[in-house]
Amino acid sequence: MRNPLNKKVESIKPSGIRKFFDIVSEMKDAISLGVGEPDFDTPWHVREEGIYSLEKGRTFYTSNAGLKDLKNEISAYVKRKLGVVYDPDSEVFVTVGGSEGIDMALRAMLDPGDEVLIPQPCYVSYDPCTVLAGGVPVFINLKAENDFRLTAAELEEAITEKTKLLILPFPNNPTGAVLERKDLEEIAKVVEKHDIFVLTDEIYCELYYKDDYASIIQMPGMKERTVYINGFSKAYAMTGWRMGYVCAPAVILKQMLKIHQFAIMCAPTTSQYAAIEALKNGDEDVRMMRDAYNQRRRYLMHAFKQMGLPCFEPFGAFYVFPCIKEFGMTSEEFATRLLEEEKVAVVPGTAFGDCGEGYLRISYAYSIDNLKVAIGRIERFVGRLKDEKK
Amino acid sequence: MLRDEILSTIEKNSRVDIAELAVRLGSEEEVIAEEMSKMEEEGVICGYHTMIDWEKTGMEKVTALIEVNVTLQRGQGFDGIAEHIYKYPEVKSVYLISGGYDLLVTIEGKSIKEVSSFVHSKLSTMENVLSTSTHFILKKYKDHGTIMAKKPEDERQLVTP
Repeated sequence: MRNPLNKKVESIKPSGIRKFFDIVSEMKDAISLGVGEPDFDTPWHVREEGIYSLEKGRTFYTSNAGLKDLKNEISAYVKRKLGVVYDPDSEVFVTVGGSEGIDMALRAMLDPGDEVLIPQPCYVSYDPCTVLAGGVPVFINLKAENDFRLTAAELEEAITEKTKLLILPFPNNPTGAVLERKDLEEIAKVVEKHDIFVLTDEIYCELYYKDDYASIIQMPGMKERTVYINGFSKAYAMTGWRMGYVCAPAVILKQMLKIHQFAIMCAPTTSQYAAIEALKNGDEDVRMMRDAYNQRRRYLMHAFKQMGLPCFEPFGAFYVFPCIKEFGMTSEEFATRLLEEEKVAVVPGTAFGDCGEGYLRISYAYSIDNLKVAIGRIERFVGRLKDEKK
Repeated sequence: MLRDEILSTIEKNSRVDIAELAVRLGSEEEVIAEEMSKMEEEGVICGYHTMIDWEKTGMEKVTALIEVNVTLQRGQGFDGIAEHIYKYPEVKSVYLISGGYDLLVTIEGKSIKEVSSFVHSKLSTMENVLSTSTHFILKKYKDHGTIMAKKPEDERQLVTP
């Protein structure tokens, strides 16, 4: 029989830490600090709106780009948050989670051989989606001494004449790193100088623990060359609803929408109605959750300091990224032993790129009580490792 | 600002350790301790109570909400009448209410009989009380912002990217 498979798909490696994930899933009584989604339930008023839409029988397709009311709300939200205006009719569309937007943008923008700059450590989908879209991933290894920010110098160095697109995954999963206005200003200059494009994934933008949140689309000349990805999963605790959106220049968006139309048709209707409610009346929920995450973030930073585990202070998302290099183990070895000996699941930094080696991603999308128990166990484990070393 | 943060945190858990609270709010232990004693003195913080689901203890306990209509005498306001009522230890809360009646009184007792007898012999017989209407609580679903039903298990996957 002939090989039924596409060679490019076959060439994509399954996640390198799959073995670790398999062990975790068999541990029934483990405490996990390993998830990448909020622990909060979707706010009840948002869920009710979804339920109401079902009761009303709103169970049909929406237009490809999404409900008009939702696109209007999205446009209004981006305007009030960032002061950037997108036309809801030609520059906004609703996607199945932020992930779809990433995939659609890469497919709509890349020609074979185009290089895509991907700062690592980062979320797992940019690399394979780039490959599937015919592009060539070029990784920029972010450094702990820069608090895992992308610097203009690092960007400049990575650009070649084949570079088409820069992915900006900030606030970052897994490091929690953020880019501030001054960082973005510098990056924007390099982007413009080399005439490349930007895909900014700001799914964690509401989980930002400093003042003055800034986005690349606010920088001069950047809106015209940037695809802005956002969604409801993290800000409104709506991961399972699969609700994201894209704001982009009409000329790019039109092509993305073409793929979306044939591959997806439209984002789930129930979720779209719920999302309208989230944007209209969800600001207080977002604030409440952000405050809770911020308390946990400070609590974890303090705990790692007490343990003597080096960790830069992250100001975004809900992750901390402590360094475990001093124990002379790989991230996966450390995580596996922590799981076996103390039944705490964390994610090895290498799940997010080779340069995550020596780090762990620890999620604080858990209650303080939960974190306390887990931290107690990690402390015991680290203490034991330090004794072993002596 | 710090006050708001302290209050909204200890409103949910008054037992939180002050050192831990300082870490969580990005402040210092001494600052938090001082702010809390100030708020205690000012009567902003009136007490640290425990939420108990008495039903689970097996102890007999009955709670009733009583709507009370009163009549005011010259030179006398609601406060004086409320005071007469709230001084009884059986009375757990007294609110002055807008709408169809004047005071909402919560009474706790060991049995329906005990609560009824308090209403008949003490409350209704007060000079200013015109009428009462007693509602016994059959089940508490949510109290002080806390849902009584058991929390569902964490249904998330153990590890996700």
